[in-house]
Amino acid sequence: MVRFILRRLLQMVLAFFGTTLIVYALMFAGQGDPIQALAGERPVTDAQRAYLTEKFHLDRTGIDGFFYRYFDYIRNLLQGDLGESLTGRQIGDILAAAWPVTIKLALIAMTVTVLVGVTAGVLAGIRRASIFDNSTLLLTLVVLAVPTIVLAPIAQYLLGVRWQLFPPTAGADPDFYALLLPGIVLGSLSLATALRLTRTSVAENLRADYVRTARSKGLVKRRIVSIHVLRNSLIPVVTFLGVELGNLMGGAIITEGVFNIPGVGFNLFRAIRTEDGPLVVGIVSVLVVVYLVANLVVDVLYAVLDPRIRYE
Amino acid sequence: MRRNRPTRGSERKAGTVSQSAVQPTPASPTPEGGHLLEVRDLHVEFRTGEGVAKVINGVSYHLDAGETLAVLGESGSGKSVTAQAIMGILDTPPAVIRSGQIRYQGRDLLTQSEEQRRQVRGTEIAMIFQDALSALNPTFPVGWQIGETLRQRAGMSRGDARRRAIELMELVKIPDAANRLGDYPHQFSGGMRQRVMIAMALALNPKVLIADEPTTALDVTVQAQIMDLLSDLRRDLGMAMILITHDLGVVAGVADRIAVMYAGRIVEHADVRSLYKTPAHPYTKGLLESIPRLDFHGQQLSTIRGLPPNLMRIPAGCPFHPRCPYVQQVCLDVVPHDLVLGDGRTSACHFAQEVRDDRAR
Repeated sequence: MVRFILRRLLQMVLAFFGTTLIVYALMFAGQGDPIQALAGERPVTDAQRAYLTEKFHLDRTGIDGFFYRYFDYIRNLLQGDLGESLTGRQIGDILAAAWPVTIKLALIAMTVTVLVGVTAGVLAGIRRASIFDNSTLLLTLVVLAVPTIVLAPIAQYLLGVRWQLFPPTAGADPDFYALLLPGIVLGSLSLATALRLTRTSVAENLRADYVRTARSKGLVKRRIVSIHVLRNSLIPVVTFLGVELGNLMGGAIITEGVFNIPGVGFNLFRAIRTEDGPLVVGIVSVLVVVYLVANLVVDVLYAVLDPRIRYE
Repeated sequence: MRRNRPTRGSERKAGTVSQSAVQPTPASPTPEGGHLLEVRDLHVEFRTGEGVAKVINGVSYHLDAGETLAVLGESGSGKSVTAQAIMGILDTPPAVIRSGQIRYQGRDLLTQSEEQRRQVRGTEIAMIFQDALSALNPTFPVGWQIGETLRQRAGMSRGDARRRAIELMELVKIPDAANRLGDYPHQFSGGMRQRVMIAMALALNPKVLIADEPTTALDVTVQAQIMDLLSDLRRDLGMAMILITHDLGVVAGVADRIAVMYAGRIVEHADVRSLYKTPAHPYTKGLLESIPRLDFHGQQLSTIRGLPPNLMRIPAGCPFHPRCPYVQQVCLDVVPHDLVLGDGRTSACHFAQEVRDDRAR
């Protein structure tokens, strides 16, 4: 197990450099004149141009220059310096302000997914073909069919503006209550998927041979379901939830945009729109690390839950 | 009615009743009551979207304390379903028990509440299954799974359950039992896994052990070891055993009596020796003739022609008639009753005596 984790950590290093290189290349290789892009509509004096060329090592051209700048960036990154956004703010400061909001939002979404999705999924799996099962099927299909870009404004309008149950937007430094509705909207897709997955898994495991054995041991039904079936059913669900936690942290662009939440997704969206290359690369680099760690945790958890999985 | 040769099986098995003359009456070969376990005229259907499959069509058999009954038949003959009905672990739906009785120590289990039946499982009647790999929970250590029965059903503490689990694993001859307690099912070989399964079934000292094809998933050499183990345990612990199998070879050394099933019915019922020597049902005869024999090398293996019937459309008359070499006009229309032959034997064939006395095999 230790060897497996070490090997995965080494793979993560490779994956990290690979993804940052690609993002870096995509952001900067396509630009015409980065200095003019930085200045926008305003004219750039020769002195300014010379200063910026020096500062961003733009005097080196071609593929050599690109790699020089990339490794210069990585060197700073490894020293904890994410660099400066085109707006002049330290990227580290922007992320330090954005991450707590996004983590809070992701945790609300994840809690809703686990509490509602997995619980309802277990119940639907046990009571297959019941009214409860069929109505959850219908509801989850609706949620899965409606994209977040449609669902988020509808929820915002109905629950926030029309009935005023929740604040329609979060704004700077939002509290838990302001993040609740966006959290539910963000989690609804994972919730629906988790529900379907749990339901299928429970229904399948209820028919398994080991359930027949447990019954022939004379165990009560509650114990068979809550100990034997649940443990086996949750293996695929936990895998899904782990990957989903990574998605929730990075993929909240739409939800954070609609509800005006100053999180990571919101900043990423703004950075892309304003072609703020350093900020995009900085945010994505951190997101890559979050994804990689989430995946490693899932793999380790998977082995803990299912003893048949042994990584060597 | 022709007189038949006296059967060779002179040593009477416990629980069988001698019938001196051939009686062509539909009758149970056993007296009322007194049996440890008795299945009477059981009918089970499976109701699915495609229709109703009549899986068990009037099965009756009995088991006395300390004896071994082998239930023989091919896949789909209903032998496992009958066993699961006895255990009360049939999946309902799709299975529906239409009628019949399952009497254990004189009480009809089918009239009892689910809670009463649960109490019987494991403590009175226990069961082991064909494929121990899927029958054991893959996510818990075997010691935990054996101990669970003891903790949940006998109220043992964790420590006591653990010690007893080691004893049980030693009882079924798992080497180094104490160290293997924490291993998971997939870490055992097939034979050892089946031993774990047996240890688990024996945890509460059941009086009846139902072994549902316990050796089918195993290598031939391991099969013999497991059968010997079961046979020894049955004797040492004084249990009665129902051994479900499709393998005639497995039965011979272990069973006292054999009930042969076909299309959800018992077609022949006899003590082992008589059944092997003089099968009185064409199906049994076909089964015996299809066993490969070393001394007959070079010859083509004899088979039973055709396929088992679709249980949604069981043929009229005798269900075996489309495959039967002895078939006559009467077989197409009239369902044969159990013909009582001597020594507690029955055969559900219109021509039971003729088949039995036919020395052509």
